[in-house]
Amino acid sequence: MRSILGFLGFALMPVALWAAGDNSVLVRNVDVHPVTGADIRNGAVLVIDGKIVEVGAHVAPHGGVKVVDGHGLQLYPGLINAATNVGLSEVESLRDTIDLDEIGTFNPELRAEVAFNPSSEHVEVTRASGITTVITLPGSGGRGRSATASVITGQGALMHLEGWTWEEMAIKPSAVMDMLFPEIQSGGGRGGFAAFLNQGATRSYAEEERQYKQKLAQISQFFDEARRYEIAKAAGAPEFKRDVRLEAMIPVIDGKQSLFVRAERERMIKDAIEFADKEKVKIIIADPRELGSTGSLLKEHNIPVVLGKTFQLPMRDDDPYDAPYTLPNDFYKAGVKFCFGTFDTEFARNVPFEAAQAAAFGLPKEAALRGLTINSAQILGADNEIGSIEKGKVGDFILTDGDPLEAKTNIKQMFIGGREVPLESRHTREFEKWMKRP
Amino acid sequence: MRRVLLVVIAACAAAAVSRAETILIRNATVLTITKGAIENGSVLIENGKIAAIGKKVSAPADATIVDASGKYLMPGIIDCHSHTAIEGGVNEGTLSDSSMVNIKDVINPNDINIYRSLAGGLTISNVLHGSANAIGGQTIVVKLRWGKSAQEMIMEGAKPGIKFALGENPKRAGEPSQNFFSQGAAPERRYPGTRMGVEEVIRESFAEAKNYQAEWKDYNDRVAKGEHPIPPRKDLRLEPLVEVMEGQRYVHAHCYRSDEILMLIRVADEMGFKIRTFQHVLEGYKVAREIKEHGAGASTFSDWWSYKIEAFDATPYNAAIMAKKGVVVSLNSDSDELQRHLNLEAAKTMRYGGMTPTEALAMVTINPAKQLGIDDKVGSIEVGKSADLALFDQDPLSNYSKCLRVWIDGHQYFDRDKDLETRPKFNEEKKQLLQKENAPATGQRTGRPVANAPGASEEAYR
Repeated sequence: MRSILGFLGFALMPVALWAAGDNSVLVRNVDVHPVTGADIRNGAVLVIDGKIVEVGAHVAPHGGVKVVDGHGLQLYPGLINAATNVGLSEVESLRDTIDLDEIGTFNPELRAEVAFNPSSEHVEVTRASGITTVITLPGSGGRGRSATASVITGQGALMHLEGWTWEEMAIKPSAVMDMLFPEIQSGGGRGGFAAFLNQGATRSYAEEERQYKQKLAQISQFFDEARRYEIAKAAGAPEFKRDVRLEAMIPVIDGKQSLFVRAERERMIKDAIEFADKEKVKIIIADPRELGSTGSLLKEHNIPVVLGKTFQLPMRDDDPYDAPYTLPNDFYKAGVKFCFGTFDTEFARNVPFEAAQAAAFGLPKEAALRGLTINSAQILGADNEIGSIEKGKVGDFILTDGDPLEAKTNIKQMFIGGREVPLESRHTREFEKWMKRP
Repeated sequence: MRRVLLVVIAACAAAAVSRAETILIRNATVLTITKGAIENGSVLIENGKIAAIGKKVSAPADATIVDASGKYLMPGIIDCHSHTAIEGGVNEGTLSDSSMVNIKDVINPNDINIYRSLAGGLTISNVLHGSANAIGGQTIVVKLRWGKSAQEMIMEGAKPGIKFALGENPKRAGEPSQNFFSQGAAPERRYPGTRMGVEEVIRESFAEAKNYQAEWKDYNDRVAKGEHPIPPRKDLRLEPLVEVMEGQRYVHAHCYRSDEILMLIRVADEMGFKIRTFQHVLEGYKVAREIKEHGAGASTFSDWWSYKIEAFDATPYNAAIMAKKGVVVSLNSDSDELQRHLNLEAAKTMRYGGMTPTEALAMVTINPAKQLGIDDKVGSIEVGKSADLALFDQDPLSNYSKCLRVWIDGHQYFDRDKDLETRPKFNEEKKQLLQKENAPATGQRTGRPVANAPGASEEAYR
């Protein structure tokens, strides 16, 4: 009921004066939380043509620009989920509705944004939690699901959760190159439980190690091939032929596009760093489940991390019960730059709660919020556009009646690129429809 | 190795369990759930029961005092749908009616997830089979008495249940392309393969159970008359269904779509039994009126959706809609992970449908207690109820809160400080054990591969 009243209340709000372009707005009488600067009580934010032009305690009305009274609400930057499959996955159990995990070991030429369904129900559902931007990855990371798992699944795109077409939604297409780092399949590794139950079929450690090294060599060979391709292309060799697959690797080997390397365990993280050193490529470590002794290594190499879900079970029976809850703080204490993702679609909207749970177990609240805003933007190379309330950035923000990391807080209004975006979804529509059933 | 570590963990945690002593928890914000909140309140525990509650409570001189200043005390959390502590398979999927099997026989008291869940304030779980069959196995309510035997974990006075399942999961085994419990090529199809068939299985089984019931009634009547008839053959499959019809066993029915929910209500009407709870019941909001009229409870997820087509019309407002329409609603976990923070699942109903804090917490305390018929014993902080309590460092509806201590029947089963204190000792012990085992340099043989490792999906359950 409360939310129905909320919607009505907003609809009837007399203060919104529609005039200039619908991507210009002045929001005032709000507590502004810029994230990169000090909070401003009872402040205002002015957006002209989609960009923030002024933030402060006193911002004068701008001729013809719509004014929104914030009614003492809180204004935060739009939140970012730095790892999802939103747009590529609709109903998880129905393959026809899933566009993840293309066939093939090396698929760097695949681009998530071209298959992003702008009408996916997940777009509206996800943004209702205050999330304005997601990374959409072309791989599910579903390790152990197939023996022939991909190594490079394609390029992840940074997407606004608003727009008529995927082109309009893409903030940064080809933001990252998604890669599943190989692993020595021993003990409790990937698909470990199945392997454990089926011990007869598991191979010896020596055999696993041999296969792992073989896989690494195969990857290096692919990178070498890409380098030779780049040289040949630059040299304009007469027999040079365009190869879309190898061409897609050029930004990676030139260090312009980060490899988004999924590495769960300590040893995988170490191996991934060694690999990045050898290949001289930029990497982001994604979805680690433990820090182990990799903290100083990550810090020295200035390698950022996209953390997966905090709400997980510990990896081993004898791990502390709260090991996944304290993991983000482990990275924080090690001085590693990190942000949060969920690596799924269904619960992409719950990324604020993943961060809050880390804060319940030691992570400073500010670090939790940064892990959903400015850190995410920096790690994904989009901090000149999103991630904080600052002059010059895109007008992505939310108005809330409290801390957006709390489930009990209501997200009241959302603006993407200065344009107000509805917070209705399939879920609220069902609510309103069925409450009316006698 | 794995066993040694488990024993060590179990032994140490068991040592943290206190004797049933007299305890006074004072200066807490006491969230009674049924009788409001008491700021700076105290709760006295005697003989495992709540003996007194109030602003000022006097305690005997030998009482253990727990100063809970600034902290929040709530009833132990109750999960109406769990698969924790089931040893071996969760599904006996070979038959469409497997009512003869019983969870009671396969409780594993050493499942580490019991302790992990205690650490989130959970004290009671309704432990059920999976959803492979229209009529599944017999279920049991357990108290998370970590360190006790399987027998000692079963909650006294809690009525046992039976799992039913409707929709995609029970019909999956009958579909040509999918079979989630058989492995290998071309598994045999098993009836039913449609929702119509699911209905028929349930009606057929109850029709048989009615005949069986009549045979026994006839036999008992004749014995009462002094005759000496031959007794009917005991049928372990039909016995629990007779118990259902006689109100001795609860039906917990896994379901998703509104049509199948309504279908089961009508079958129950016809056959003369009651459904105690609809489980998951993601489209319960469409037939809340019928659920209420039947007198069933609804035990749902806070916000799960889209993982299969029958979960695509789900809305996180489901719990609130059903509650507003008069259904007793609880939030369940169906997951070893989610059951560690059901208080946070409850908080979501404040956003999705505007539940009050008390209404929200009721969905993981007194409401599931009502659904399991144990609300005279647990589910709220009231004098005379079992001292099943969870202490949080702040409002348990805050995402920044964490559980600090848990009592069941007045025994302390979890204490975060003690847990933290024993960690260095554990690590040392583990190191020594590993050295003794002459572990290879890779150090890969520690612990057990976990069931939640990527790839080991929980989908079969939900």
